[in-house]
Amino acid sequence: MTTTALGRFLDGDVFHSFRNSPVAIVAAVVAGILILGAVLAPWISPHNPFDLKTLDLNNSLIPPAWVEQGNPAYPLGTDDQGRDVLSTILYGSRISLLVGVASVVLAMGLGIGLGLLSGYLGGRLDAFIMRVADVQLSFPAILIALLINGVARAALPRDTDIDTMALGVLIGSIALANWVQYARTVRGSTMVEKNREYVQAARVIGVSPLTIMVRHVLPNVLGPVLVIATINIATAIITEATLSFLGVGVPPTSPSLGTMINTGNNFLYSGEWWLVVFPGAALVLLCMSVNLLGDWLRDALNPKLQ
Amino acid sequence: MKHRPIRLAATLALTALAALTLGTAHGKTLRFADQGDAISMDPHSLNETLQLTFTGAVYEPLVLRDRKLAVTPGLATDWKQASPTSWQFKLRRGVTFHDGQPFTADDVVFSIGRANDPGGDMRGYVGQIKEVRKLDDYTVEMVTTVPLPILPEMLTGVYMMSRAWCEANGAAKPVDKRKGQENIASVRANGTGPYRLRAREPGVRTVLVRNQNYWDKVDGNVTEVVFTPIGNDATRVAALKSGEIDLMQPVPIQDVERLKQDPNLRIMQGPELRTIFLGMDSKRDELLFSSVKGKNPFKDKRVRQAFFQAIDIEAIRTRIMRNAATPTNLMIAPGVNGFDAALNKRLPYDVEAARKLLAEAGYPNGFEVKMNCPNDRYVNDGEICQAVAAMLARVGVKINLEAESKATYFPKVLSRNTSFYLLGWTPATYDAHNVMYNIMATPQAGQGVFNLGSYSNPKFDELTARVGSETDQARRSAMIAEAMKLHAEDFGHIPLHQQALAWGMRKNVEVVQLADNFVFFKWITIR
Repeated sequence: MTTTALGRFLDGDVFHSFRNSPVAIVAAVVAGILILGAVLAPWISPHNPFDLKTLDLNNSLIPPAWVEQGNPAYPLGTDDQGRDVLSTILYGSRISLLVGVASVVLAMGLGIGLGLLSGYLGGRLDAFIMRVADVQLSFPAILIALLINGVARAALPRDTDIDTMALGVLIGSIALANWVQYARTVRGSTMVEKNREYVQAARVIGVSPLTIMVRHVLPNVLGPVLVIATINIATAIITEATLSFLGVGVPPTSPSLGTMINTGNNFLYSGEWWLVVFPGAALVLLCMSVNLLGDWLRDALNPKLQ
Repeated sequence: MKHRPIRLAATLALTALAALTLGTAHGKTLRFADQGDAISMDPHSLNETLQLTFTGAVYEPLVLRDRKLAVTPGLATDWKQASPTSWQFKLRRGVTFHDGQPFTADDVVFSIGRANDPGGDMRGYVGQIKEVRKLDDYTVEMVTTVPLPILPEMLTGVYMMSRAWCEANGAAKPVDKRKGQENIASVRANGTGPYRLRAREPGVRTVLVRNQNYWDKVDGNVTEVVFTPIGNDATRVAALKSGEIDLMQPVPIQDVERLKQDPNLRIMQGPELRTIFLGMDSKRDELLFSSVKGKNPFKDKRVRQAFFQAIDIEAIRTRIMRNAATPTNLMIAPGVNGFDAALNKRLPYDVEAARKLLAEAGYPNGFEVKMNCPNDRYVNDGEICQAVAAMLARVGVKINLEAESKATYFPKVLSRNTSFYLLGWTPATYDAHNVMYNIMATPQAGQGVFNLGSYSNPKFDELTARVGSETDQARRSAMIAEAMKLHAEDFGHIPLHQQALAWGMRKNVEVVQLADNFVFFKWITIR
């Protein structure tokens, strides 16, 4: 018997369920390849599309290598600015993943914190937080993200570096649009857990409410939150793509998948199909595999299904 | 009792039928799309072609242009220069505004004053008018600060509003986009033109209907115009192909060839008088948006020249504009009075020379600067800016590109909140003086309103003033040439190219295409 964390994980139910789910394995492999590609982009991609110095307009709109007039130096062709499509997808996925993961972590932190407070303390604070959540739930997330995005851009000082600002604003606005789900889930579970004997026992021996929340309640409500988070990564990536598609996302000189699809969309009628097909496929694959993983995780963590 | 619903339904159906037949008998609906919206319905709020095209269907100037772009009587029937610095205009009698009020000299006095308000955008046309006097109800006299032989041409873009209506509706001052001050004139309109504004949803849909009391005969048969801005190129093309719209501009240049093959469509192309150029803040002691602190690199002519030479204009022409552009060294197009082909020779594209110039100016490693750019105003504007950013990167200049919709872009650059920007300009008078006065001369009073980087050269200003009042064509042309040369050698702006017009329409739509890209609905016939 191994006692390391990894050993326990490999012996546990979750990994067992993973090994027996071909869908999960395929999804994990696809997601793994895409994530690795994104993380390793600076080392493996043939060009650096974000380095404007290397772009040459005279290399624009070259079709994929296997098509007539293709150039093997650009396996998936080039876009209207002469950027290698493959490299841009790799670099663009970095932005998409960064925004996706960062905004989910932020939303999760915010949601868990507010959910714990709301569920554990109850009373007016609970009512207030939940009414805010209700109001926010009545708007589509993309609308809220657009709103926050617009306000933040207008409010930030004008000499803020726009590259970092755009990313920060994107992450912040997507996170603020998505915290409600976490808060709701955590609040529900917390309300159940806080009446359990172990919490009452802790309270009796004088443990502070904060410690109870963080040390005792939180670990027991985390399961469903992880499931939501996994699925939400895909949603957040799509929200980023949508915002970039609408032109309020990242600057056009450092395109994400959404920006690429937006550019490609302009060429739909003129025959340059590779501009939209490849980044589109990458976005679909990334989101689908992450989603399938989330689905599997939900089943694996659900005791009723075991 | 039992029959009532049926009778009601029958009545409704008949009414609907009647409405339908009436609609077809009396005229047609034109569904028109552009890549952006007319930002306001206030004709004095923004001096931009689409805005003036659209509000020009509702409002009218004293002096109109005909199909050959020659001046022709509008709300004024007759005009003469009474003395070097004064013009008299006889107004058209029997013209009423859409609300039924008569059009008189009071409205002209009011409108010129309104257009000259600092919050508006039309001072370039009326800034030199010192006073407007009402001689009688149908005669006005305009006194100018300097002799202005081209005043009638300058007034073709200044639309007349109703004094009574503006004052009653709190719209006596123009909508100020720079400060974000709106008023009712942005969403409602009361002009004398061939169309009335029926519905206005900013950014979504604007509907015009024919003004049945229009003073002039209307040649076209369009009785209703539904205007929809469609920013996305592919969506706009799809809408035209599917018959959802009848007319659109611009046709994305990558789609021109393919759309020409479509038997249901017609593509009309032509040279446009618009010059696309880059401007630099050469006035402030420190740029608002740059890594260089304590000084302004654009004050150094060598830096401006380096920027000029770093731009591979041929690549932009062939790759981004797909040959639908003419590179230029001048701020005016062939076809604009004062154009001199001999001066239209660009300094060569030369990365090495640009690097050297930057090093000499003290920036061997370049610097960082933000660039403002619209992405729904000019043909492939966003793409041009991206390409420029990449080209400048090769000489070490890092561009932080902010490409955005014109609705947010214009308020920003018009209030000079920019260090480096892209803009386009068509001289509404078809004369070089308009460009010199609005774009190139030192900003003061009405002058240089669109000289957003505040390029300033006293010699140039002096020439501008002299060109404005000179009547001898030969002497005038010589002065224009001298001024243009001065500006080009100074690299006051970086001209890029003249873009080409491309309108797409269904086969049954007949239009008159003008080189200034104005779309006059009154001349459109739908078969």
